[in-house]
Amino acid sequence: MPYHTKTLAVAGAVAAAVSLGTTAATAGSHMEKCYGVALAGENDCKAGPGTTCAGSSTVDYQGNAFKAVPAGTCETMELPPMSDGTPRMGSLEPLERDLPG
Amino acid sequence: MSVDQTAFRAALMDPEAPVPAGLVDAEGAPAGKRFDVYRNNVAVSLTEALEVAFPVVRRLVGDAFFKGMAGVFLRRYPPTSPILALYGADFPRFLRGFKPAASLGYLPDVARLEQAIRESFHAADTAPADPARLQALAPEALMGARLTLAPSLRVIRSPWPVHGIWRFNTEAGAPQPPGEAQDVLVTRTDYDPRPHLLAPGGADFVEALQSGTSFGAALGKARTVARDFDLTATLGLLIGGEAITDIHTDEAPDDPPSATA
Amino acid sequence: MPDAAHRSDFALPIAAGVGYKPRHFSEIMADPGSVGFLEIHAENYMGEGGRMVAQLGHLAERLPISLHGVGLSIGGEGRLDRGHLARLARLNDWLRPAAFSEHLAWSTHAGAYLNDLLPLPYTNATLQRVADHIDEVQEALGRRMMLENPSAYLVFAESTWAEPDFLREIARRTGCALLLDVNNVFVSATNLDFTPQGYIDAFPLDLVREIHLGGHAEDVDEHGRPLLIDDHGHRVAGAVWALFDYTIARAGPRPTLIEWDADVPEWPVLESEAARAARSLREAVT
Repeated sequence: MPYHTKTLAVAGAVAAAVSLGTTAATAGSHMEKCYGVALAGENDCKAGPGTTCAGSSTVDYQGNAFKAVPAGTCETMELPPMSDGTPRMGSLEPLERDLPG
Repeated sequence: MSVDQTAFRAALMDPEAPVPAGLVDAEGAPAGKRFDVYRNNVAVSLTEALEVAFPVVRRLVGDAFFKGMAGVFLRRYPPTSPILALYGADFPRFLRGFKPAASLGYLPDVARLEQAIRESFHAADTAPADPARLQALAPEALMGARLTLAPSLRVIRSPWPVHGIWRFNTEAGAPQPPGEAQDVLVTRTDYDPRPHLLAPGGADFVEALQSGTSFGAALGKARTVARDFDLTATLGLLIGGEAITDIHTDEAPDDPPSATA
Repeated sequence: MPDAAHRSDFALPIAAGVGYKPRHFSEIMADPGSVGFLEIHAENYMGEGGRMVAQLGHLAERLPISLHGVGLSIGGEGRLDRGHLARLARLNDWLRPAAFSEHLAWSTHAGAYLNDLLPLPYTNATLQRVADHIDEVQEALGRRMMLENPSAYLVFAESTWAEPDFLREIARRTGCALLLDVNNVFVSATNLDFTPQGYIDAFPLDLVREIHLGGHAEDVDEHGRPLLIDDHGHRVAGAVWALFDYTIARAGPRPTLIEWDADVPEWPVLESEAARAARSLREAVT
């Protein structure tokens, strides 16, 4: 493609992106945006964990001293073989008591 | 008998270790279960921190497995800062070497995506540049322009379908992940980070811009990787994600052209 | 430090406050009800930006804020984390909170942050170390702070000071004020078999600039004796309300905070706890 045709194509792509991006961006006051967490019905999850100055009444400190049976969505997610030939993932091994600490 | 904090901490992090002598109850008897309160507080609070931080990893492996995994991680990588909002930066690295989950090759990359979303959430606030300024540039000026991107922007490259896996575990009715490599762009609008699927070459384009490469050179890089690189789609994500915060051109480095020029 | 120059170091109203949780932002902005101030954990607002910090900016225009640190490790054997202290000073300068407080506890050791308020022995050596750390904090922040009494589950055989005396002496050496957590007194008293009223009687109440109330969980130790856990996951217990009334009958009403950090309830429940505290504060005046 000659240079001027190429730059014209880029200008066209930029114009399309501006229109695409501007439609996607939503307006709203700074204040309204602040209400997002509550409006979305979310709690502190997106914020990540917070500190607490309290102790825990849930007893669970034997970190690696139990046997866990994996029971997550990794078992139900149907991942087809990867296009590059990477074998599809298998399942988890049970966590055993003698894990390296 | 004196108990220093080195001894206290060692016993705290090892449930099998004896309670340090010198820690007692009201009658002067060994503290026993009372010391376990502190052991429990540390392990449970850091496990909960990881659960909040990595909800998709948790869904993937299930609650019990995640707790066990967290128990191992928090002892090997305790936080190095009291700012827990970002605790877990070492989690992807830990997962890469965690044998019981070795068959889930995608797990470390999913953790990287979740960490990127949290970093984006807490990044500095910036105002987007008017995108019309880009459009107003003459072709040569556009190709030579350098863009400043928002500090909340993140690129995650993966040989796994991380975006599809993330969606499958966060959106009701999301499709099964496809069997392909996926790169993800995290943008933040209205304070809410959102992961977007990048087209081939998109990660190269954005990373080049992030490192200060000119628009034209970044475009060239993306086209080397993907001949049919979709500039409109990737640039549209940056603009829609309010990720372009400034546009510098050689002609007027300190005084960018106005939107209506 | 001269007292007159630091009159604004403790500017909380004599009212009931609550520990702020982001999920309550909308309700508080709409109508804080009986809540006269908010308390936040400093470490949760040390990000560069984002919604947490933006919301805090709006809340601070609406209500006085008490800044409560949980990660300075003032009772630590090592030096204070200068980087963390600088972040705290930056937050303090931006927020200009009505008060700042931290704990008589340690949480960081050899670079690892353990995310719990861990106990220390009360000896002459630890007293001096804590006092030195408080000097450093007050210097860095340019204001006086409050130090809070911890919940105790065990004691150090080597301790030679009673906790109220230990706190009084720290305050004397550093000029700091005290934050009296009445639930912590009740939890410690139950766990260590002393009378909570006796502790209050021995406490330097004139130095108290804020009171904490919170819920606790009930457990038993291996001998079947009660073991209370300060989990901030429940309503304030009846016995703790009674101890609060006992305290303010002697000290007079003080800014009083409800802490609820685990199983955080809907706003009306938390607000009703604050209303209950506000009622006691009004009755203590008359």
